[in-house]
Amino acid sequence: MAIAATQAEPATEALLYKGNEALGEAAVRAGCRFFFGYPITPQSELPAYMARRLPEVGGVYLQAESEVAAINMVLGASAAGVRVMTSSSGPGFSLKQEGISYLVGCELPAVLVNIMRGGPGLGNILPSQADYFQATKGGGHGDYRLIVLAPAGVQELADLTGLAFDLADVYRNPVIVLGDGLLGQMMEPVRFPALRPAPDPPDWALTGARGRPRRLITSIHLAAEALEAHNQRLQAKFARMAERETRWEAVETEGARLVVVAYGTASRIARAAVELAREEGLPVGLLRPITLWPFPAKPLAELAGGDAARFLAVELSAGQMVEDVRLAVAGRAPVEFYGRMGGAVPTPREILEVIRRQLGGDGR
Amino acid sequence: MATHEIIIAGFGGQGVLTAGQLLAYAGLAEKKHVSWFPAYGPEQRGGTANCSVVLSDRPVSSPVVSEPTAVVAMNQPSVDRFEPLVRAGGALVVNTSLARRKSPRQDLTVVEVPATEIAGELGNLRVANLVAVGALLAATGAVRPESVLEALKKLLGPGKAALLPLNRKALERGLAIGRRLLAAAET
Repeated sequence: MAIAATQAEPATEALLYKGNEALGEAAVRAGCRFFFGYPITPQSELPAYMARRLPEVGGVYLQAESEVAAINMVLGASAAGVRVMTSSSGPGFSLKQEGISYLVGCELPAVLVNIMRGGPGLGNILPSQADYFQATKGGGHGDYRLIVLAPAGVQELADLTGLAFDLADVYRNPVIVLGDGLLGQMMEPVRFPALRPAPDPPDWALTGARGRPRRLITSIHLAAEALEAHNQRLQAKFARMAERETRWEAVETEGARLVVVAYGTASRIARAAVELAREEGLPVGLLRPITLWPFPAKPLAELAGGDAARFLAVELSAGQMVEDVRLAVAGRAPVEFYGRMGGAVPTPREILEVIRRQLGGDGR
Repeated sequence: MATHEIIIAGFGGQGVLTAGQLLAYAGLAEKKHVSWFPAYGPEQRGGTANCSVVLSDRPVSSPVVSEPTAVVAMNQPSVDRFEPLVRAGGALVVNTSLARRKSPRQDLTVVEVPATEIAGELGNLRVANLVAVGALLAATGAVRPESVLEALKKLLGPGKAALLPLNRKALERGLAIGRRLLAAAET
């Protein structure tokens, strides 16, 4: 429920928005005019918002018969050169994996939203970060990478959604916006940029071949040489993404003996814990990955080579991102983990206790 | 003001989520940093609802409130669940129409207000939440009552503007009771 009219199309004053709805408005303002999805808690406010909003700007909202259909509709729309989005949560996002692999193989841009919930299986509808592996390590078949953006608040949900559309177009590759139930359901103030018109179809899009040579979009390359060459080109593209698109936020990491690493919702709570710890004089900082792939390994490695004597990864999972932290730190310092699962969310004080224990001995 | 971390809890239908949103909108109008988070999981089943609201001078770190500075409990189960969590020196507003047990805590500002009965007197049980919000504002000064009324005006929109005077009365009744109780406690 937003009290200010969303029809206002210039840049807005700060409005109070639910995360899911802010994501939708940001997508529309980024030029997204097509949305295909299937409802699932805790992200259903997003398709509901798009169903109401897209017709106002001449766009199309369509509730597909399943998540599998939705992701293939995304593929079709993207091939036609329009900005398109789909969203789901855990179980529904799993169903989209085949289509995601096809999108990558076809080099088609799209923005894919997963508002994570407790798993595995049907699990529950509460906040979770247990889809990190799926988002960052593949999920579908074949050698591929996706930029994975991890907002930590409603403003950032909006900002990163706009960025996601641009990055998807630049690299002709899907981009994931990875949130969770808490981010989707919470309300915070948000300022939206001005409404951008839907861009013209790019020069590779399937727009009807009358008067020009035909174009082909496919992921099938039957000969080994052809498919290997295709893969090499994709890998070169992924390497460019890794080089240029790594994003993170460092909070008081300078001189910190213990660096807490957390993203999204977990980073909000970890941040409160770090503030409490610093009030006690404990030398603690926070490194918050904003892109989960490419992962900010370099700043972590630099901290490990500097003042940081220990790292603590905090996640709403059994420990997934912590593996990337360990790869980055590469044995130069101990990397501990604290997590809650199944929709349980830790309190700041709970994390503060872990921080105190970590710094109990040689930490200071 | 430092930071107000408020939980509003009650049965579904008592308007606790709306009450929290009103506080958040009011805080936003006062240029505070705000967040609102509803309990949307299984605890919402069985007819109970609650939300966390943070109002602060500083950016909000955790939107999940685990040690509230104030709790509004609209029924007995909400008192039982959230009373122990309130920080020492914090505030507890109890809707005594639906929660009879006296709070044993001596370290809190407890405001007992028969919100549902007052709403009944005013002619609409649905404004019990505004009565309770009035009492909360008396106890905490989290936002100005005028900011809540402004937020209410926007939230109701032109279509439901006729409900504004009733809601204003409910807020004022809660404020008056809260102020009277607090003044009595000080003397």
